[in-house]
Amino acid sequence: MSLLANTATLLGKELRTEFRSRELLTTTVVFILVVLILFSFAISPTAVESREFGPGLLWLAILFAASLMLQPCFLREQVNDTLSSLRLAVSDPFAIFLAKLLANTLFLLVTEILMLPLFAAFYNIPVLPQLHYLLLVLFLGSLGVSIAGTALSAISAQARMRELLLPLLLLPLLTPVLVVSATVSVSLLDREPVVQWKGIGFLAIFDLVFLTAVWLFGEYLLEE
Amino acid sequence: MGKRILFGIAAVFLVVAGAYASFYIAPTERTMGLIQRIFYFHAATAWAGETTFFVCFVANLLYIWKRDSKYDWLGVTCAEVGLVCITVVLITGPIWAHPVWGIWWTWDARLTSTFVLWLLYISYLLLRSLIEEPDRRALLSALFGVFAFLDVPLVFFSIRWWRTQHPAPVIMGGSGSGLDPTMNKVFFFNVLAMHVLLRF
Repeated sequence: MSLLANTATLLGKELRTEFRSRELLTTTVVFILVVLILFSFAISPTAVESREFGPGLLWLAILFAASLMLQPCFLREQVNDTLSSLRLAVSDPFAIFLAKLLANTLFLLVTEILMLPLFAAFYNIPVLPQLHYLLLVLFLGSLGVSIAGTALSAISAQARMRELLLPLLLLPLLTPVLVVSATVSVSLLDREPVVQWKGIGFLAIFDLVFLTAVWLFGEYLLEE
Repeated sequence: MGKRILFGIAAVFLVVAGAYASFYIAPTERTMGLIQRIFYFHAATAWAGETTFFVCFVANLLYIWKRDSKYDWLGVTCAEVGLVCITVVLITGPIWAHPVWGIWWTWDARLTSTFVLWLLYISYLLLRSLIEEPDRRALLSALFGVFAFLDVPLVFFSIRWWRTQHPAPVIMGGSGSGLDPTMNKVFFFNVLAMHVLLRF
């Protein structure tokens, strides 16, 4: 119970910090927008191609954005040296991770939902008919990105060149999420949509594996 | 020291004998011809590389648990040796693929996951080079090593199920697969040679 209560309090803190400045959300939204526009300049897709490649590009943009957005997650705590106080305040360090990764998932989802209409318009792909399934894939994918990303940002925050290091550590690790979410999204947004439950299940397994790993090793990640 | 030299000599002997067997003892493959002989080296190195990464994973876990710097050294040595093996695999693969498949590279499950594995362990070594304090470096890289190793099966299955020319597994594959018995012997001899070389 104390884990949930601690997590809820910390999640509140993360959300308050972000919604006071809205720095992360604004920059991430603009970043995804820039990447999506640059992609369409780089390949100028036809209608068929954009159905085929669009979802993959969207996921790539999300992954790039996440690898930048997740940077400050532990760095913020370092600036005022608040991490040690956080560690003292909660009995289970997993609560710190859980709060941060839930906050990150939420931020990612908000940016994705804001981006979705623009993506649909730019790439001329109707997203509304399959919206509920698409949101499920976006949720499971973003959760996976956030779980792995939060853990790795705790690692990269303690190294030199951390801004460059996080994407280098994170992006290869997220290959399964990219492959599966992109493929599932492509078949969802096809002219004859198919829901790939196997892929959705796979994303859930990815989330579960990494959540368990963070639960097991989280306390070592925060060791001083 | 004496044991080390003995291992060195045994490794060199086995690798030379393995190479001899691959060239002169193993029968020539019917359709692919001579180029197929690279398989003894390619696949044996791949297995050896996978073994080292597994040892690296175990060493990482042991370091997190015991905090003994010898496990840290074992981890980093395995990662470096494994990386060399996988680099050899990624070079010998295309040398074989070009005459046989007509292309250097294809995004199939095993190639892609080997490549991602290679990238992950490059990141592992890169991470190590960017943290100065030895204890912190050991702990954080061990944690990353564990995450990276957990990711490998996920990478493999995601690509196998959702993107997919690598030859189907011939060893421990299903019925209808399998090698000529002499080929098999030569192959496992090479696997042994590579593993002794690793130990050295």
